[in-house]
Amino acid sequence: MELNGAQIVVQSLKDEGVEYIFGYPGGAVLHLYDAIFQQDDIKHILVRHEQGATHAADGYARATGKPGVVLVTSGPGATNAVTGIATAHLDSIPMVVISGQVSLPVIGSDAFQEVDMVGITRPCVKHNFLVKDVTQLAETIKKAFHLATTGRPGPVVVDIPKDITDPRIKVPYKYPKKVNMRSYNPAVTGHKGQIKKAVDLLLNAQKPIIYSGGGVVLSEASKELTELTRLLGYPITNTLMGLGAYPATDNQFVGMLGMHGTYEANMAMHESDVILAVGARFDDRVTGKLDEFCPYAKIIHIDIDPASISKTVKVDVPIVGDVKAVLEQMLEVIREHKQKPHKKALDAWWQQIDQWRALNCLEYDRESRLIKPQYVIEQLYEVTKGDAFVTSDVGQHQMYAAQYYHFDKPRRWINSGGLGTMGFGLPAAIGVKLAHPHADVACVTGEASIQMCIQELSTALQYNTPVKIVNLNNRYMGMVRQWQEFSYESRYSHSYMDTIPDFVKLAEAYGHVGMLIENPEDVRPALEEAFAMKDRTVFLDFQTDRTENVYPMIEAGKAHNDMKLRVAPGTSTDRELA
Amino acid sequence: MRHIISILIENESGALSRVAGLFSARGYNIESLTVAPTEDPSLSRMTLVTRGSEDIIEQITKQLNKLIDVFKLIDLADTVHIERELMMVKVKTTETTREEIRRMTDIFRGRIIDVTPTSYVVEMTGPSDKLDAFIAALDADHIIEVVRSGPTGISRGEKGLHL
Repeated sequence: MELNGAQIVVQSLKDEGVEYIFGYPGGAVLHLYDAIFQQDDIKHILVRHEQGATHAADGYARATGKPGVVLVTSGPGATNAVTGIATAHLDSIPMVVISGQVSLPVIGSDAFQEVDMVGITRPCVKHNFLVKDVTQLAETIKKAFHLATTGRPGPVVVDIPKDITDPRIKVPYKYPKKVNMRSYNPAVTGHKGQIKKAVDLLLNAQKPIIYSGGGVVLSEASKELTELTRLLGYPITNTLMGLGAYPATDNQFVGMLGMHGTYEANMAMHESDVILAVGARFDDRVTGKLDEFCPYAKIIHIDIDPASISKTVKVDVPIVGDVKAVLEQMLEVIREHKQKPHKKALDAWWQQIDQWRALNCLEYDRESRLIKPQYVIEQLYEVTKGDAFVTSDVGQHQMYAAQYYHFDKPRRWINSGGLGTMGFGLPAAIGVKLAHPHADVACVTGEASIQMCIQELSTALQYNTPVKIVNLNNRYMGMVRQWQEFSYESRYSHSYMDTIPDFVKLAEAYGHVGMLIENPEDVRPALEEAFAMKDRTVFLDFQTDRTENVYPMIEAGKAHNDMKLRVAPGTSTDRELA
Repeated sequence: MRHIISILIENESGALSRVAGLFSARGYNIESLTVAPTEDPSLSRMTLVTRGSEDIIEQITKQLNKLIDVFKLIDLADTVHIERELMMVKVKTTETTREEIRRMTDIFRGRIIDVTPTSYVVEMTGPSDKLDAFIAALDADHIIEVVRSGPTGISRGEKGLHL
């Protein structure tokens, strides 16, 4: 079969099983768009800004496990995509980004809409390619998908000069079934000796804890993790990226850990003697002060990326491999092991954990006459029966969603954990809704974040992706204000917006339903009404308590046992408990 | 400590910038970097000299290995190895200094490869500290320019970095 470059791109994507392309046309990709026009198999989702394309593709990838595909033009199209590419990179999300480039003969001449996309994205992709020969196009696309989806996943950019997609130049086409890259062979199974060592250490633990992250979700290893955790009977905590990998409503789950983790999760980490870290990377938001991180613990670390091991925290038993494969290996060794977990020690450990739990660190003022953001999330959880896909932006609302929506399944919680990208939530929700058209999809956001990609409301109408936008509107950049309150004596420098749009009118202008909710008693009925409108995108603008903060909080540079807790009702001072 | 990391890498456009970019992005220092194709033109051999604690060197080697284009690498500091660097030094000469510079070049086993009435170019190979010693032995006022390749290295014995 002879095809031109533009047709090769489209046919390769079909052969790869791609369902959706998220993109925006422009000069350098006109040949490609013409090829897209002449087929119906792959659906193109026209966004309103290229950042939206990358986030929507990212949301689709997180919700399905399949790679998200993005198509943008050269120059500004490409640079607009960079934030979304970096977002996917820091959270290891499989994504293939095809960017147009100026024609080969003019590369390097500062041509119209020329940027060095390969150079710009080099530090924020897993790999990237500039295609210089149309006969290499199909194989390069195959390599891109192979790299994006195997090993530690990540975004791959394929930069295609316009003349490579010239419709007049046809070459034989064959999409490779497999691709071999001699310099790329990610590990799968773990080293048997290391696994044996890890299991011995685990079974001898007195105060063990399992700390699992996004790698469990990426590796589809929720089942294995749950099995292992139940078999051992140990407490488990999830990172922000790992929520849902272990059911949050299970008693062995002690909540999220880290900067805004629960008191019991952070204390259990601090006091533990053995930590099993699974697909987590000891991020600074998790560890707090490194010198005082888990001072009594021996650490086992399972990760597919050797560079993640002992990067910030030295570990005792490293195991390089795919989380799912390694957990299966571990389960087998544990089952055949003569030794069982120390029942007595474990009982004492759980008693201790239950004491920490009794502090009820996520309790808040339920008598308030103002809408508490936590209450909105709790009601969202109930109205959606805990089964919605929840995307979020970045800030206080993100933490409330992580704390108060109890995710029992993986891929339900979709947020920008690593890069912390405001503007992620709405386009990601559109990507999720396309992947799961019959599921409830909520975007938990704030009035600052939502305005960073608000234009995608238009995309949501065009492609009929009825998502529910839960806007926790406190008229502040809440997390910035919170840090300014704690660390800058409440000097609220530029964290306040006094010209916030009328979101109800805005939603209506985009063809959606807008709702303004000002009283606590209206929260639940509004959510019920919104989710009953199955075929409409609804913007719920909740006017929340402006002074509310996210607790617990480990301030930057402090240790796990140095948490700031909520002011107890009826007292006037902070309870700083250690 | 000083480490010599020797890398077998795909001879692709952009491979060098991936390595250089990694060092600047992660704040590692590069003392020197040499690169050229091997007997297999699809592969390049890169020799990189860096300094850092054991932890940092471990991260550097892991991060380098993570680059898709990197095929294999070895930290020569961990092995018995031979290290060589090429240097060319252009020196001013006068009637009185010519003989002394020639004698010194002989002592350091260098060669004079260009001669004008007022200058020599001295070529010298060896471990970097030998080249440093030669420069130190010259009168600084006589040096016009110094060109060094940066060290390259190879391990002793049968074993080697190859496909």
